Amino acid sequence: MANLVVNGVCVSFPLYHGESRSLKKTVFAAASGRLGEDRKHRLVVEALRNVSFSLHSGDRLGFIGSNGAGKTTLLRAMAGIYEPVGGEIVIDGVVTALLDPGQGMNMDLTGYENIRLRGLFNGLSDLQIKQLQSDVADFAGLDQFLALPVRTYSSGMIVRLGFALATAIKPQILLMDEWILAGDASFLDKARNRLETMVRGAEILVLSSHSADIIMQWCNRVIWMDRGEIKADGPPEEVLSAYLSPEQFEQAKASAAVVA
Amino acid sequence: MMNMIAPDQGKAEIDVSHAAGYLGSPVFIKATHSWGGRAEMAAADLGATLRLWPLVWTLSLLDIRLRYRGSLLGPFWLTLSTAVMVGSIGFLYSRLFHSNIAAYLPFLSISLVLWNFISTITAEGCICFTQSESMIRAMRMPLTLHAARVVVRNVLVLAHNIVVIVIVFAMFRTVPSLASFSVVPACALWLIDAMAVSLMLGVFGSRFRDIPPIIGSIVQIAFYLTPVMWSPAMLAHRGMGVVLVKWNPFFSLLEIIRGPLLGHSLETGTWFIALGYSVLLLALASFVFMRARARIAYWI
Repeated sequence: MANLVVNGVCVSFPLYHGESRSLKKTVFAAASGRLGEDRKHRLVVEALRNVSFSLHSGDRLGFIGSNGAGKTTLLRAMAGIYEPVGGEIVIDGVVTALLDPGQGMNMDLTGYENIRLRGLFNGLSDLQIKQLQSDVADFAGLDQFLALPVRTYSSGMIVRLGFALATAIKPQILLMDEWILAGDASFLDKARNRLETMVRGAEILVLSSHSADIIMQWCNRVIWMDRGEIKADGPPEEVLSAYLSPEQFEQAKASAAVVA
Repeated sequence: MMNMIAPDQGKAEIDVSHAAGYLGSPVFIKATHSWGGRAEMAAADLGATLRLWPLVWTLSLLDIRLRYRGSLLGPFWLTLSTAVMVGSIGFLYSRLFHSNIAAYLPFLSISLVLWNFISTITAEGCICFTQSESMIRAMRMPLTLHAARVVVRNVLVLAHNIVVIVIVFAMFRTVPSLASFSVVPACALWLIDAMAVSLMLGVFGSRFRDIPPIIGSIVQIAFYLTPVMWSPAMLAHRGMGVVLVKWNPFFSLLEIIRGPLLGHSLETGTWFIALGYSVLLLALASFVFMRARARIAYWI
């Protein structure tokens, strides 16, 4: 059983490298209205403000919101990468975060070496690492490339490797940013299939996307982020109908129905 | 052969639930300003690094292998370049200082190899977090792991350079004294200090980008002020000797390894000074890391 609890989480980014505070203040205040000062009067951008929700096995959560609403920051906080300045996060279960295509891979090492490092990170034995390597090779379809340095791969190949790697070690909680949807159509089918098996195993999926039809297809709960706060939280239809204009909503519903 | 459309149906996946414990499960991440909470998080971080030891080892090994990928001699370039440096400086300086090369070369080989370790630990320690930026921002990972990686990588480099010391000792038939067994605790102290240095400098280096060049020049100055190339006996009749030698942290640390190996008896207090500075360093590094741990991901 996997659980993820986010309780009153605040995240703020310090702005250290600035010359003119007042100028910056004006610019940022105009841009986001989210500039604050911390206890020591340092200038900070409040990326998340008092965010609370909890997820349980079987939940498939989607984040929507405009650019800079705090979706990716929230995913990073849920993965335990950004530790909050306020509130708490409890992660019960093995988390994998697919946040950027590089996935922390060392671009100078070969695909196999990167898979091995990930296996060691997850505490696998040598035998399991071998199994992981062949599993990833099968799924990503990169056989002969895996012996070459990752920097020689195309961006699509890196996405495939990253996704295969992240899902092969069976996370209980998968956090995904929208870049994964940049793959080609045949890969997207495979990816969907794999995710569905995963989610069916009563695990948690969290997905951040701008694309309403993807959210509709994959999620059973949607959180609308706005300026670092939760604006709405509920079933996809309900939240999306408030988020999108009526025409966009109908369009998204139609295209989601086609794929399903 | 698997079906390409549904590759995972009924396929046994690799189960990692048994391994989830390395970060502690469930993971509690709580914004805390109390020192108790900070110490607890820092200790958990260090514990996770110890449990991930195979990863630290492999990362360090791959670092070295990557540096010499495609080269003919591979990591033995390390040995060779150290040998050339010890040889050429040894012959030149034994002339300049009018000292006997049979006594000077063994001294120089140990000193240079150990100093090389100090200077690379400080230089690479400063960038231990900034260099692992993509890893730190991709997944939750103990941060002490990156400092440990720098230490283990440089211990591997040191192991290649020790060959030079062995050859020089064999050439001049220098026999380490019986007291050499004290080198074992001395090496343990070096490892702990190296970890503390790279952790502390890593924190400073990720917050203030001017730290690496500053540390670089400080270590350069320390190299000339510390008896590395010149033996402390040369200063014996001058007043400065006491300040440069006795209270120099680098000297006491060098001497607890170098002295016994060369068969010199250690001055009383050398060990105490070395331990004293190490305790100070350890306290400082723990303080800095506990204070900054949660912020490092934001700084890099």
